[in-house]
Amino acid sequence: MVQEHELEPETVDIGVNMGPQHPSTHGVFRMVLTIDGERVVDVEPHIGYMHRGAEKLSESMDYRAAIGFQDRTDYLAQFMNEQAYCMAVEELLELEVPERSEYIRVILCELNRVTSHLMFLGAFGIDLGYFGTSFTYGFRERERIQDIFEEVTGDRLMYAYFRPGGLAWDVPDNFVQMVRDVLPHTRQGLKDLDLLMTQNEIVAVRTKGIGAMSAEESINWGLSGPLLRAAGVDWDLRKDKPYSIYDRFDYDIPLGSHGDLFDRFLVRLEEARQSLCIVEQALDQLPDGPIMPEKMPRRLRGPEAEVYTAVEGARGEYGVYLVSKGGDKPYRLKMRSPSFCNLSALRDMTVGSYVADAVAILGSIDIVLGCVDR
Amino acid sequence: MIGIFKSMYITFATMLRTPVTIEYPAKHRDVPQRDRAFPILLWDKEVDEPFCTGCHACERACPVECMTVTMKDNPLHADEKSTRRKIVDEFWIDYGRCMRCNICVEVCNFEAIAMNNTWAGHELSKFDRNDLVLDLQQLLSQHKQDKIDAWVAE
Ligand code: SF4
Ligand code: SF4
Repeated sequence: MVQEHELEPETVDIGVNMGPQHPSTHGVFRMVLTIDGERVVDVEPHIGYMHRGAEKLSESMDYRAAIGFQDRTDYLAQFMNEQAYCMAVEELLELEVPERSEYIRVILCELNRVTSHLMFLGAFGIDLGYFGTSFTYGFRERERIQDIFEEVTGDRLMYAYFRPGGLAWDVPDNFVQMVRDVLPHTRQGLKDLDLLMTQNEIVAVRTKGIGAMSAEESINWGLSGPLLRAAGVDWDLRKDKPYSIYDRFDYDIPLGSHGDLFDRFLVRLEEARQSLCIVEQALDQLPDGPIMPEKMPRRLRGPEAEVYTAVEGARGEYGVYLVSKGGDKPYRLKMRSPSFCNLSALRDMTVGSYVADAVAILGSIDIVLGCVDR
Repeated sequence: MIGIFKSMYITFATMLRTPVTIEYPAKHRDVPQRDRAFPILLWDKEVDEPFCTGCHACERACPVECMTVTMKDNPLHADEKSTRRKIVDEFWIDYGRCMRCNICVEVCNFEAIAMNNTWAGHELSKFDRNDLVLDLQQLLSQHKQDKIDAWVAE
């Protein structure tokens, strides 16, 4: 005889632990998914596995020495972090950055944006579970730019090249030629990725309409960068709050309309192309001259003040809030990391989607755990 | 379907390109001149002593506090062979902690320290962490044996 409760099976939600050692969580990030069948009903993110106290460490040493820790926050877009930090110190100490340094900074930052987006485009293929190919393509092109960085700064990842006031040393003589030689390869690489993924039906099925976020929600969550622009909000600090010398170049800000994974992919692809345009213009205009201000104090001593500077990093608004109480160390240094703010919206994006898409959604936020935990 | 064919096309086209990778341990690519591996000390060949005077400037500036320097009176100065009154006595750098930030090189007033720009500065894996703490002789040996290339004095 069949008992009654067997006729009416009960469903229970299961908790699934993803990370911190999951191959596709982009670093040491842990999500506790509550799933109902294949649907995600709740997500609980756990962060802090990579907390190194970068803010506190930067507070414990003088303004020059702390530059090394800025690279280590968002380690895929290091120049932008250095730029934000240096801008904060420059504003505090009222240092005037020479033209040439500004141009070199812009060139390196924009190339850095391209490498970061290439990394995203590559890794996104893997997150969709299909394209290990895109990863190798992305890395192949990234490597060429990485070689330029190595030639200029001497290091492959932790550049520590910008200094408050300018740069550590001048670029090599063949810098302009070197970059010009690499640009066609990068263009070709972006085209390859475009051909490989944009019209591919599998990518379309896995990305269109998934993880969508409306413009209003995005603003409410405080998203920034490509994520916000994919939702159709025209907000880019380079255009809307011009810093450095970005007002001298002619470029477009790509916008999406649905805010889903596909738009985020497209926005980043186009942004990388626009960055190459900026690099080309900056190379044409690159002036000669000194790289450090003439009156550079030997010891950097700040007045009692507070400054906040922000740059448009590869992932969004990267800001540095610096409080000085005099002396050669910051009293407080706060980094506004775009990865952390964008990650906070993960739950709203993920709930209701399939488990397999959770990884893709996380990938589309393009977090860097070093930047989330600092 | 068209999208899939495009993807296929690009994959096959890539197959025909020349490879960009090299087989690493067998082959080494050139490192750039500015390459920053780990800091080493330089040897003054004219006087036959280290350039370093043990002034502690680098030790104080190092963000991760991985250096230890001590200073002594220079015996060669007493013999009037050297202009350096003080000279380095002991010097340790913990490569396991060093973050290769170049700050020690920038603060040194005697150009006594420089970043290694050869492969020898990169292939340093050891079985024991303590082996990564290099003493004065080890730090000087690279330059003494002329194993480093001419570099840009930054
Ligand atoms: S490179 Fe930086 S971390 Fe390494 S010893 Fe020099 S100052 Fe210290
Ligand atoms: S390496 Fe230079 S800064 Fe460091 S103790 Fe020697 S002389 Fe002084």
